Amino acid sequence: MRPRLLQAGPLALYAHKVMTQSIAPQTAPRETPCSRALAAGKVPSFQDIILTLSDYWARQGCVILQPYDTEVGAGTLHPATTLRALGPKLWRAAYVQPSRRPKDGRYGENPNRLGHYYQYQVILKPNPPNLQELYLNSLYEIGIDPSLHDIRFVEDDWENPTVGAWGLGWEIWCDGMEVSQFTYFQQVGGLDCKPVSGELTYGLERLAMYVQGVENVYDLDFNGLGVTYGDVFLENERQQSAFNFEESDPAMLKRWFEDAERMCTYLRDKGLALPAFDWALKCSHLFNLLDARGVVSPTERQSFIARVRDQAKGCAVLWAETQAPSQAEVV
Amino acid sequence: MPQFLLELFSEEIPARMQKRAAEDLKKLLMDGLTKAGFLPGGLETFSAPRRLVAVIEGLPERTADVREERKGPKVDAPAQAIEGFLRGAGLTDIAQARVVSDPKKGDFYVADLVKPGRATPEALAEIVPDIIRNFPWPKSMRWGEGTLRWVRPLHRIVAVFDGEIVPFEVDGIAAGNISEGHRFHGTGLFEVKDFEDYEAKLSAAHVILDRDQRKAQIKADAQTLCHARNLELIEDEGLFEEVCGLVDEPHVIMGDMDPAFLDLPPEVIRLTLRVNQKYFVVRDPKTGGLAPHFIVVSNVKATDSGKKIALGNARVLAARLNDARYFWDLDRKASLESRVPKLDTLVFHEKLGSVGDKVRRIVALAGEIAPLVGADVAAAKHAALLAKADLTTEMVGEFPELQGVMGRYYQLHAPVLPRATGEGDPAQQGGGGMPPSVGFADSSPASQGSTGLVANTIIADSIRDHYKPVGPSDQVPSEPVAMAVALADKLDTLTGFFAMGEKPTGSGDPYALRRAALGVIRIVREAGLRFGLAALLNHARRGYGNVLNSDAAIAPHGYSVAAVEVCDFILERLRVSLRDEGFAPDVLEAAFAIPDDDIVRIVSRVTALAKVLKTEDGANLVAGLKRGANILRAEEKKDGAAADGKVTEALLREPAEQGLYQALLEAESQLEQALADEAFDATMGALAALRGPVDRFFEGVLVNDGDAGIRKNRLALLVKLRAVSERVADFSKLAGG
Repeated sequence: MRPRLLQAGPLALYAHKVMTQSIAPQTAPRETPCSRALAAGKVPSFQDIILTLSDYWARQGCVILQPYDTEVGAGTLHPATTLRALGPKLWRAAYVQPSRRPKDGRYGENPNRLGHYYQYQVILKPNPPNLQELYLNSLYEIGIDPSLHDIRFVEDDWENPTVGAWGLGWEIWCDGMEVSQFTYFQQVGGLDCKPVSGELTYGLERLAMYVQGVENVYDLDFNGLGVTYGDVFLENERQQSAFNFEESDPAMLKRWFEDAERMCTYLRDKGLALPAFDWALKCSHLFNLLDARGVVSPTERQSFIARVRDQAKGCAVLWAETQAPSQAEVV
Repeated sequence: MPQFLLELFSEEIPARMQKRAAEDLKKLLMDGLTKAGFLPGGLETFSAPRRLVAVIEGLPERTADVREERKGPKVDAPAQAIEGFLRGAGLTDIAQARVVSDPKKGDFYVADLVKPGRATPEALAEIVPDIIRNFPWPKSMRWGEGTLRWVRPLHRIVAVFDGEIVPFEVDGIAAGNISEGHRFHGTGLFEVKDFEDYEAKLSAAHVILDRDQRKAQIKADAQTLCHARNLELIEDEGLFEEVCGLVDEPHVIMGDMDPAFLDLPPEVIRLTLRVNQKYFVVRDPKTGGLAPHFIVVSNVKATDSGKKIALGNARVLAARLNDARYFWDLDRKASLESRVPKLDTLVFHEKLGSVGDKVRRIVALAGEIAPLVGADVAAAKHAALLAKADLTTEMVGEFPELQGVMGRYYQLHAPVLPRATGEGDPAQQGGGGMPPSVGFADSSPASQGSTGLVANTIIADSIRDHYKPVGPSDQVPSEPVAMAVALADKLDTLTGFFAMGEKPTGSGDPYALRRAALGVIRIVREAGLRFGLAALLNHARRGYGNVLNSDAAIAPHGYSVAAVEVCDFILERLRVSLRDEGFAPDVLEAAFAIPDDDIVRIVSRVTALAKVLKTEDGANLVAGLKRGANILRAEEKKDGAAADGKVTEALLREPAEQGLYQALLEAESQLEQALADEAFDATMGALAALRGPVDRFFEGVLVNDGDAGIRKNRLALLVKLRAVSERVADFSKLAGG
């Protein structure tokens, strides 16, 4: 059964036809920041990789978004992915998302772990049949040569219980290094995704470390002109770690959590799924801060996670209703 | 005869599912074909990362015609009946039917029907789509706008019968004759005619279809690489299985590891390589230890012969091992003892409390068990206290399968703590003065405080070994302290889960309680440990105190219900393992009928019984005992009451009955001694000696005597016989005789 299309006017029908076919990959007929760097015998910089991915996915018909302005733990939580994966409307988007994981902060002392890092996120709904090929082309464009490297699709099922979401897919290995996750969304907010979205998440720092042959994330060449990742973020990691682990005020965070939860409930009652979702994200982040502070007992932990999940799922269900009344009836 | 080739081409199938999927495909095809009336000559299936393939040989071009005679009405039946017959048989005129004469029924019509066979492709076009739609993947998914479920998106179907495409469609995917090879080395799509053509073209396109061939090649190439450098591959069957599902064409490469990492525990290195990276480990035969290299199986044949791939993998490995080293260094800063309080925050089971609670219980229980297994009580308690402490370490958080193993290392490498000075945080102390990796036996202060004389190595080994055995091929602990902790841990787990009603079912045993019970049995048997299970289990149950107030029930003999249930459960597992060892079910039944909860004694009884039954005396005695029991049963039924066992010696007239009586008295006294000595061969011998007197009794004596007093006395003699024999086993449970 085909999902019902809203506003099935001539334009929407045309878009539908185009978007559900295989995309003939639009590979670099022109220069990209990465190809320029490679042609000059240099490794692509951190931002060359970001700009090239955006350029590439723009060519595949994606809307290039900017990061969401609320703290999130992963690019998937951007409403452009979590919410847009629901309902029948077609959607293609790509964006960088700063991801905050307070617990992973290491005061800038660990070469591989960060409390704040970037993901490059791509979502295509429905997934085009040749999504694997499109993905591989994106790797080629940032300078990974498949005749020299071992690229593998290794089983990895994805699940995010806090938004009632799961999917099947792989982690992509390049010479044993996980450089991306590739997921076919099956459910979000406990609702079936129809059609199914294909989601790609590139761990930008890891990918860049790989491409640049760098062992320490802070040594990454950020802009090709001498600025390193450490110049930009090392002090941030130190100070944020101090905040996350030592200086945050657990009582205040708990209070805020409860307020955010109340606000989310209120907004859901008013039928405002999008602002409600923002407050669910705030709940999630406040919980992460409490968790990092080490003040959450195992039992409390379960209950916090359940509370965040209830809010986030509630938002997803509400959003789905606005997208396709027929789907909400199923719930 | 024609051949059918089927290929289901998809995106990468999880490696762990491929083998099973090929087996499932084979079974489903075989079932489907058989049901449709085919008897395929050969059916083979294959799996590779992106495809499931089947080739079926010896199919006919069409199924055979089915002939059927259909009886109709009599020739003089009403027109309606005849019309009905014609309609039902698909005839247009009654002339198409024959007339058959029957002497009794008269003349009636018979129609000869021929149901023509079907063209085979037609049948295949029904069977295959059905299999695809209902394939038993452990997990499946939808994709795009479709509704079909498959393990990952299904892209193409090759279905070729005798060179022709079998026309069918599944959710918009039409069967065809187009396939493709390796993702990176292939040269695009190709057409296939039959299996030979297909396999050859695949091979040219760098796909080895046969998984065993891929596996063999990985093994051979890995060994060759190792030999060339005088190294030894550490074979890992599970990893071979997994890796051959990750590559279409294996290219085996050796990479290097910084030798500095070799001071990490070898288990940590192996798991890091295996679990995280799917690399094989290499041993240096000169040192016997790990060599600073690894084997990685690549899916591509790189144009630089794999140099970049080896380097890339080595970098990833270095990052992983650096993580492991970070954990190793961090974990050793705090002694296991200092970690114990943290166990209160780890949930053992929602209803059974924290791991800390469990530790307190097994400390007490290990203390009870220690004297029974010859272990030092203080040492057993101390080892139990530390047994779970490594669950709070970073390394075990990362590799849960290293529980116990890391505990042992951390105990051996215990930091030197300033004792009783109370200065500073112990967690900050350890690193400095501690020797890095040698000579810890007996010297660690962490253990000396509590156990004094018992070497720290024993405590450390017990921490590792208390989880054993983890499987049927794993060794059981044989050192008394380790046995005490291992038994305490397993009995505690069994009792807790039984007490809250989480018993294993036929289909599920999520808490591995069967394994725990088997572990108890093996430890007890291999060390010949002597104790009654029920009393110990009762201790274990008491350890839960009020945690489980829902189950405070006490069985009649004073043991808690849970203790009795666990005891029965363990004995049932014992019976199953003895059956697997070859003891006949009826022998086990007979021996297990004697109430006993001492595993070693039960096994001796079973063994002795089986042995005596193999002798002529034994076999004949069984027949006699059974005969006696049958007579008793029949007569008791007649009397409506059980015969009593009081024999009046004066009423024994016949020599045969006097002889049996004397023999019984003799056997009884011998049994008394033999049973007290638990000399089961002697008990069986004493019984077997009854064979002659029993035989003579049945030959020369009629139980059912006319004189009621004599009859009663003879029945009493039989009761005595039964009572004596039942001290050894319940012979009525034995077959034959």
